[in-house]
Amino acid sequence: MPTSRITARFAKAKSQARAALISYLMVGDPDLETSYQAMCALRDNGADIIELGAPFTDPMADGVSIQRAGQRSLKSGTTLNHVFALAQRFREQDRDTPLILMGYANPVHSLGYEAFAKHAAEAGIDGTIIVDLPPEEDQPLRAAYAAHDLSVIRLATPTTSETRMKTVSDGASGFLYFVAVTGVTGAGSADPQAIKPNVDMARRVSGLPICVGFGVRNGEQAAAMASIADGVVVGSAFVDHAAKAADSGQYGTVPTGMGELAKELSGAIKAVNRG
Amino acid sequence: MDKANNWDQYPDQNGRFGDFGGRYVAETLMPLILDLEAEYRAAKQDPAFTAQMADLWEHYVGRPSPLYFAERLTEHYGKAKIYFKRDELNHTGAHKINNCLGQVLLAMRMGKTRIIAETGAGQHGVATATVCARFGLKCLVFMGATDVERQKPNVFRMKLLGAEIIPVSSGTGTLKDAMNEALRDWVTNVDDTFYCIGTAAGPHPYPELVRDFQSIIGKEARAQILEREGRLPDAVMACIGGGSNAIGLFHPFLEDETVRLIGVEASGHGVETDKHAAALNGGEPGILHGNKTYLLQDKAGQILDAHSISAGLDYPGIGPEHAFLRDTGRAEYLTCKDDEALEAFQLCTRLEGIIPALEPSHALARLPDALETIDPAGILIMNLCGRGDKDVFSVAEHLGVEM
Repeated sequence: MPTSRITARFAKAKSQARAALISYLMVGDPDLETSYQAMCALRDNGADIIELGAPFTDPMADGVSIQRAGQRSLKSGTTLNHVFALAQRFREQDRDTPLILMGYANPVHSLGYEAFAKHAAEAGIDGTIIVDLPPEEDQPLRAAYAAHDLSVIRLATPTTSETRMKTVSDGASGFLYFVAVTGVTGAGSADPQAIKPNVDMARRVSGLPICVGFGVRNGEQAAAMASIADGVVVGSAFVDHAAKAADSGQYGTVPTGMGELAKELSGAIKAVNRG
Repeated sequence: MDKANNWDQYPDQNGRFGDFGGRYVAETLMPLILDLEAEYRAAKQDPAFTAQMADLWEHYVGRPSPLYFAERLTEHYGKAKIYFKRDELNHTGAHKINNCLGQVLLAMRMGKTRIIAETGAGQHGVATATVCARFGLKCLVFMGATDVERQKPNVFRMKLLGAEIIPVSSGTGTLKDAMNEALRDWVTNVDDTFYCIGTAAGPHPYPELVRDFQSIIGKEARAQILEREGRLPDAVMACIGGGSNAIGLFHPFLEDETVRLIGVEASGHGVETDKHAAALNGGEPGILHGNKTYLLQDKAGQILDAHSISAGLDYPGIGPEHAFLRDTGRAEYLTCKDDEALEAFQLCTRLEGIIPALEPSHALARLPDALETIDPAGILIMNLCGRGDKDVFSVAEHLGVEM
């Protein structure tokens, strides 16, 4: 039961009085085998949830780091089918770690919402964040997900009003991805105390765990976010390890580097008691 | 599909033209486009806004643009009468300024002080920079790094007008990447920034408001032809990149069922090759830059690069209303290759003493085909949406002439 995999993971973190760590990697950056090894390293070093980035030629919500990751991934020939295959391979040996597919609408639309939902569910994916499908446009996706118990995970920002938050929450499940700074991924970090009232409002209105991302790069920042959120999302800092490896050709350094970062982040998050 | 006998009902409240259009943006942009829509509704009802537009159109842009009987081209083909709507005579040399004025006035109503725009060939960038200079607003123009190299005169014009040019090297460094980067800037600077989109595409309400501002072209043309000939034309015709000049010409004629609407897409080296920009004739429906429309894309839904000799048509998508007009059959869309546009460019220059931009040269090239299907005693209006001064250097290069 996919949604319950997400729910179970947040329940586990809560029982340990800590926030969850959500880590992002771009699938196929620089290649699929490296992505698989990186997923295992992330899991082994304390990542609670893994977001699998699906590449798109025109990622309008992403900063330079993830744009380039997507270009490297496309260059290595990655498609949605590769993302499904990678998830399935991981799922065969890990039944508990929630997997979230994150990407843009056009590749999904091109495959067809029904087929996308079926393949994602069969691969053991638990939910998706389709960045450019806001509540106004994701009805076909929700309809397709209903048969498969997949979560539609939505985005909120510090500029999301309470009225708007109701719209964002309606039909959302799993968790809410709270974008800490208005801007693109990899942007500067936010002051956790400044956004705390927005995060509290989001939690109250949605009834979902609130995971904060954008601009979190190290243990110190992760700990600060962990004090106000139910989960901390880290993306660009992980992706930078793939960027370095792509430059040097030493792909083996990717799982090691990502694993070490996950260890630092999860250690810092665990040190913050949310009891 | 229902017979869409009331074309004014589009877009619907969700920003849809049938299945096309919509608001496919990240949640970070949602409050901004909802605000813009509310402000636009208010502005449309405000006589002061309308009056200010009308005044600037007349005294700053030089509207109405003439409707000109192209006598020698008509003789050349020996069929129906050809009229040009002379939007190339506008201030800044193209139709783009019609829309920029409207959007910048909206931005000022909203208290925004920083205007951003994307540009390909530089025409929309120049028009935006011009209007920003006129009103003393800060202007940033995002332009693909490849285009910055190709369009140096326009880059300099924009700088003279006080705009800052941001070369975009992400992706392939062309128009679509400039649009991505402008959207990224917009979500990063939500408080003071207004995004002035150059074509009738993007998330709702942009396709609607750009169409409304450009509809001055068709409204004038309709009144002018009725006064001149006492009847409606048999067809109206325009080139299409994103489609703003074409929708501006078409829209006031939508209810006139006897008037055929003919758009011409740029098919580069040929629509059967991988070097063209004909989204309607060689693309599939998909989602990009905030709207659902026809797109050049591969089987996995990745966006393909467009190609056209004309940088202004070099875009892998098309405004959503054109996608709708095509699927309903209300408008027809032809294609024109690079070399055909070059020939038409020269023919018009020689016969009419008008140097057209390469964009409308695509529509000029399809005139004989359109005339074949029209009563020889009939009338056709073509929008000459831009002048060719900007293209003189690249045309010389294509013709192998050293300057």
